[in-house]
Amino acid sequence: MNPTGDLIVTHGLAVGYRGDLVVDGIDVRIAPGTSLALVGTNGSGKSTLLKTLVGLQPRLGGELAVLGTEAGASPRRVGYLAQFHASGFVLPLRAIDVVRMARFPSLGLLGRTTSTDHDLVAWAMETMGVAALAKTPLRSLSGGQRQRVYLAQVLARRADLILLDEPNAGLDAGGRERYLDAFAGELRRGAALVTATHDISEAIEYDQVLLLARRVVALGPGRDVLTPDRLMETFGIVIRDPHAEHAGRFTVAERSHGAPQIVDLNVWPDAGEPPAPVPPAPPG
Amino acid sequence: MGPLIDPFLDNGFMLRALLAGVLVSISCAVVGTFVVLRGLAFIGDALAHGVLPGIAGALLIGAPGIVGATVGALAMIGGVALITRRSRLSSDTAIGLLFVGMLALGVVMVSRSSSFAGDLVAILFGQILGTSWESIGLQALATLGVAVVAAVCARPFLLLAFDPEQADVAGFPSRRYHAIMLVLIALTVVVSFQVVGTLLVFGMLLAPAAAGALLAHRIGTMMAIGAVIGAISSYLGLLISYWFDLAAGASMVLVAVAIFFIVFIFSSWRDSRPRNGPVRSPGPPLEEAHG
Repeated sequence: MNPTGDLIVTHGLAVGYRGDLVVDGIDVRIAPGTSLALVGTNGSGKSTLLKTLVGLQPRLGGELAVLGTEAGASPRRVGYLAQFHASGFVLPLRAIDVVRMARFPSLGLLGRTTSTDHDLVAWAMETMGVAALAKTPLRSLSGGQRQRVYLAQVLARRADLILLDEPNAGLDAGGRERYLDAFAGELRRGAALVTATHDISEAIEYDQVLLLARRVVALGPGRDVLTPDRLMETFGIVIRDPHAEHAGRFTVAERSHGAPQIVDLNVWPDAGEPPAPVPPAPPG
Repeated sequence: MGPLIDPFLDNGFMLRALLAGVLVSISCAVVGTFVVLRGLAFIGDALAHGVLPGIAGALLIGAPGIVGATVGALAMIGGVALITRRSRLSSDTAIGLLFVGMLALGVVMVSRSSSFAGDLVAILFGQILGTSWESIGLQALATLGVAVVAAVCARPFLLLAFDPEQADVAGFPSRRYHAIMLVLIALTVVVSFQVVGTLLVFGMLLAPAAAGALLAHRIGTMMAIGAVIGAISSYLGLLISYWFDLAAGASMVLVAVAIFFIVFIFSSWRDSRPRNGPVRSPGPPLEEAHG
């Protein structure tokens, strides 16, 4: 079924929440060592697609193969960062206890932790810059520190397929830099990376970009997909920079929420002309 | 040895009561920890009261109360699972409905016979001073069983408390381990009701574990603190009831709740003290190389 060795193959995949369709017609292939960015507003289907890929939501239609089998069938090989944690920070847990959970799929119910497990946990916390906080109660950490701990948990799983839902949330500049370095390293190691993000400047760096707006707006390399027209379709508001020397720079605002983003599309020379100024889209 | 120990040395029933209280404290601390961490207090409460018609029914047909309690607890768990899965009602609503329904059924059954009045008090408030060696043996077995299952399931239970989705992603189906957790709660309630009664078992399930949650930074520590607080509550409660001629089970629970409030006041005071930094543990500042 999957002779190319792709870690994710979907064909006409339809995803939704509790039986209600959110997006359908998703056709993606993700090879080892490559990355896919899911870009769209809140409610566009990014998180639902991630949850379907990780096996938390059943697919509503189409075909889906994850690591050559069904989604959710290979817990040891999949790392997942959720957008929200149900009750994580009221628990009597220390930062290191959270990162150690990453090793549970390999350990099973009664397996003994090995030196490999210890080393991976220590390395992941070091990589995210939270080694000094290992013994600190989770509830004493700031939101940004907590996000670093959750990212360290994903790293410590040493997964072949990594799925991240809004990994930037709450990270300061230093945390963001460490996050980018760490997961670039995971890609070099041969892991595949799927990231849901609002951040267009981050998405530009990915091998493929899937623009979502409760439907597939576009899929392809960033240079083909992140055009003013497509961003307009995805986010609703695109404003041209008034200064002529920045012809490739736009401000993208979301209909629903969030601060406007300045996006510099001059990274490739043939960026299309920005669209004519448009009035704000009507709500809904 | 003085008034603090003599009552337990001179009276066999007091010693048995203390043993029973300590065993109940241990299983309640282990299970109560997960009840507190996962916010299952309501279903714990419902289980504690849902066993009433089971016990009453067992008494009506002359079967052991513990068999009836088991049937009642299983009916409660099954009913909640059925309603939550087959309808869009929240589990709160399902639990609440079954809770009052089972409680009403129990009271109706008890009211059929006037000779039941004393039994009702015994069911609701326990008969710790009438504990037999047999029931202590049964409690020891149940406590051991709860501890073994909790130890085997420690990893999935931790994931479940952290985030049920993380348990699913890690290959530990959250539904399966949630069900196991409910069975452990039910088992604890069923074997504890003879000691502290169906009304008060809930206090032993919550108060020591909640105090542990305020003090501990690790789940194992929280269980240990809960067990110690439960055991101290059993001892002090029995002593108070002996010297002041008060209801034994209720005194135990009252002490446990009082200890919770003392711990609560202490931890609020501790957390409100000004600290040097945002983080309690020492260590270098978080951000180093990127400034």
